[in-house]
Amino acid sequence: MSRPEHLAPPEIYYNEEEAKKYSQNSRIIDIQFQMSERAVELLVLPEDTPCYILDIGCGSGLSGSTLDDQGHFWVGMDISKAMLDIALEREIEGDLILSDMGQGCPFKAGAFDGAISISALQWLCNADKKHHNPVQRLYKFFSTLYACLSRSGRAVLQFYPENSDQMELITAQAMKAGFYGGVVVDYPNSTKAKKFFLVLMTGGNMPLPKALGTDEDSQGVTYTAKRERLKQQRGKSLKKGRNWILEKKERRRKQGKDVRPDSKYTGRKRSGRL
Amino acid sequence: MKLLTHNMLTSKCMKGVSIGYPLAIKALDIRTVEVDFNPEFVAKMIPKIDWTVLHGAAESIGQTDLPKEVVDNYENNEEFLKKVHHVLLEVDVIDGELICPETGRKFPINNGIPNMLLNEDEV
Ligand SMILES: C[S@@+](CC[C@H](N)C(=O)[O-])C[C@H]1O[C@@H](n2cnc3c(N)ncnc32)[C@H](O)[C@@H]1O
Repeated sequence: MSRPEHLAPPEIYYNEEEAKKYSQNSRIIDIQFQMSERAVELLVLPEDTPCYILDIGCGSGLSGSTLDDQGHFWVGMDISKAMLDIALEREIEGDLILSDMGQGCPFKAGAFDGAISISALQWLCNADKKHHNPVQRLYKFFSTLYACLSRSGRAVLQFYPENSDQMELITAQAMKAGFYGGVVVDYPNSTKAKKFFLVLMTGGNMPLPKALGTDEDSQGVTYTAKRERLKQQRGKSLKKGRNWILEKKERRRKQGKDVRPDSKYTGRKRSGRL
Repeated sequence: MKLLTHNMLTSKCMKGVSIGYPLAIKALDIRTVEVDFNPEFVAKMIPKIDWTVLHGAAESIGQTDLPKEVVDNYENNEEFLKKVHHVLLEVDVIDGELICPETGRKFPINNGIPNMLLNEDEV
């Protein structure tokens, strides 16, 4: 299958028809949710505090719903009006901006506690217009992203690199912009489940979080079990725990809002030792 | 567009603009949406917000209830936090435009979404 980035520029490719899939196709919706939840986990936000997050290439707001569910507030930017229209239809809680990430993140310094981006970054590697220079656009994007994050804020960007050159190109521009970090590859041995997360840190070089599904815990099961135990040891606060989220979702369902089904990921906590 | 977003938004990505902040608001349609009150979030955002800009923006669109200055000990002042909550999150500019303070470039707001896309010669 050819890559969507090769077919048309994003604002054309993500037309009304394509955008509809992001509110109707349950397979797409499930995958986007899972990756969003993993991205938020990799952000390692402070425990139990509502944060202010930027969602880059937010599309119809599926990734944003994950942030809503966890009690965070967010702003989404996207280049496709059709996708943002679906987000409005879904009555997401975040605020939306029509903008091109390759032109930079138009926010003042230190605005956000963190940023996520799900399945959007690979679009920047393409030159869709005569005047587009991917290296320059990537650098503009990363340098303005760096500036609008608060100190110690992280950005986690799930993307589909076309090849290793592209991965290097992206990582190099991120580092040049001042970020530390690198790519975490979850389930590297599975063609289907394999996912790339560019984890970017601002406050100094910290070890990269551990990938899921690597040899040590090939199923990711023992890992989750450990995580659950740790959570119990720590004791849970009443707010933002799984129950709090389930209740909030129930409230929103009653209001007739579009709420996604509860899953094993709902309210799952970060372990602090990813 | 919420005023919280406005407080963060700049036109600095435009060629030749150095700060691009604050953007002036011309509001043609303003609505109020109900948002769950989260005192913890509002209190956490106060130090990040440029208060003068928030106050000015609120007044410019007819929201005159916001105190001119942040009160002391605001974390425990529910009445104050509720006012801030309302202005930051519940007032929504649906149609209008944002204006760059340095170039006068206008960014339209349609359906509550500011269009910050730049033309080729502006990047
Ligand atoms: C695969 S969709 C994912 C949407 C959303 N993050 C989700 O998980 O459902 C990719 C999105 O990236 C957006 N995008 C692509 N290039 C972009 C750019 N240069 N600036 C902003 N958004 C862009 C597209 O418009 C599209 O909505």
